[in-house]
Amino acid sequence: MTFLQQLINGIHVGSIYALIALGYTMVYGIIKLINFAHGDIIMMGAYITFVSLIMFNVPIWMAVIIAILICLISGILIERIAYKPLRNAPRISARITAIGVSLFIENLFFKIFGGNPRPFPVLIDPTPISLGSLQISMVTIVTIVVSILLMIALDLFVKKTKTGKAMRAVSEDHGAAQLMGINVNTTISITFAIGSMLAAVGGILYSTAYPQIDPFMGMMPGLKAFVAAVLGGIGIIPGAMLGGFIMGIAESFTKGYISSQLADAVVFGILILVLSLKPSGIFGKNVKEKV
Amino acid sequence: MLTVNGINVYYGAIHAIKDVSFHVGDGEIVTLIGANGAGKTTILHTISGLLRTKTGEIKFLDNPINKVEPHEILKMGIAHVPEGRRIFSQMTVLENLQMGAYTRNNKEETNNMIEMVFEKFPRLKERVNQLAGTMSGGEQQMLAIGRALMSKPKLLLMDEPSMGLAPILVQEIFNIIQEINAAGTTILLVEQNANMALSIANRAYVLETGKVVLEGNAKELLGDENVRKAYLG
Repeated sequence: MTFLQQLINGIHVGSIYALIALGYTMVYGIIKLINFAHGDIIMMGAYITFVSLIMFNVPIWMAVIIAILICLISGILIERIAYKPLRNAPRISARITAIGVSLFIENLFFKIFGGNPRPFPVLIDPTPISLGSLQISMVTIVTIVVSILLMIALDLFVKKTKTGKAMRAVSEDHGAAQLMGINVNTTISITFAIGSMLAAVGGILYSTAYPQIDPFMGMMPGLKAFVAAVLGGIGIIPGAMLGGFIMGIAESFTKGYISSQLADAVVFGILILVLSLKPSGIFGKNVKEKV
Repeated sequence: MLTVNGINVYYGAIHAIKDVSFHVGDGEIVTLIGANGAGKTTILHTISGLLRTKTGEIKFLDNPINKVEPHEILKMGIAHVPEGRRIFSQMTVLENLQMGAYTRNNKEETNNMIEMVFEKFPRLKERVNQLAGTMSGGEQQMLAIGRALMSKPKLLLMDEPSMGLAPILVQEIFNIIQEINAAGTTILLVEQNANMALSIANRAYVLETGKVVLEGNAKELLGDENVRKAYLG
């Protein structure tokens, strides 16, 4: 396999990590919580698409919309039920709760669907297109294009819209945002909704690339996306995007040039490196404030 | 306009505000003065709804507001320039002002207000696209005031607007406070710089460890021997 081929594979999986990492980083930005249940939204997105297609025979576009909507609502509910009551509690309480929510969702799906992996239906024709020596599948093209479009949309939303600006204001200072008349609870709900929506899309794209789903499938991409968010600088949106691509490319090159089995080790090795060299991440700044 | 009636506020187990009552009349500048930790900021936070009263009542234009959410209180016409300015440092000057008008849906009106703020603070106009956190303390204070004005408040709460500013800027800020008041906005001012505060206020309340210990006409308090000794140095 050529260098370029590996790079494209890396960008393919990296764009999925980036989509998922955005949810981690936005939620961290606004309530300083690592939402460990975020990875399970990936799994939910995949399962709901699967169920809609296989059991209810809806068209693909509708299955995708249903999955996105259910994940979006689940994200809002998780925050309202599990995290909101702990907003003023010590941070460790919310963190432990997040792990609890994650285990709950995984085991709920395990109970409903059983633990056996199931084949994910073909959404996009996987036949590769040849460009000289390069082999690019439609799956790769769709994944990269969809991810980049969503990232551009998110960037515009956060920078240009009133709600997006309110999200940034709440991220900086809950109290001051309230004094502006911003409803902090609503803004936090919107953040969870957007993050979960992106994770749902990420989950569907991930299952298209690795077409086998099980109730614990969200853990690995979830963890890697979390590392991507930390790598880019947790709480910083462009950081999550860049971190996602770096992770995907690192993974792909390790698989291609060293060993498939080492890929995960390299990816988590990056986390250790970041935490020891620059814990605030690539775009992270040392927090300083003028008084 | 604002009536605070026997409020008690707690921080956990700490009884921070003890049975405090005062009022602010339409068009007045009223100041709360007192040492650090006397409870001045706590009172403003309670009026804005960021903190809750345990007992007592706060009425604004005859409506009780002590159980109303902060974002609703702003809509009723109370804006707050918080202590330490608390501008959004990662957002531009323009975005900060837009946040001040968050509850307004009329874009044209918002733009007019922004122009008005720029007239009052020309320096903000020069820095319209600069990140707010990169500005000097005085400029940040102007932005904090401008941002609060964006909601066209009937009552403006100001918490230590002179804090950390050079004397010449302090004078400028106090002139601006008087201008804002002259344009029809009632002001409740919290200050450690009691001299300055009393010189522009109509009435004043002196706070000590969460209680009102003295109240009266600002000019009289300025001349009061005991007040001078205790608070004016």
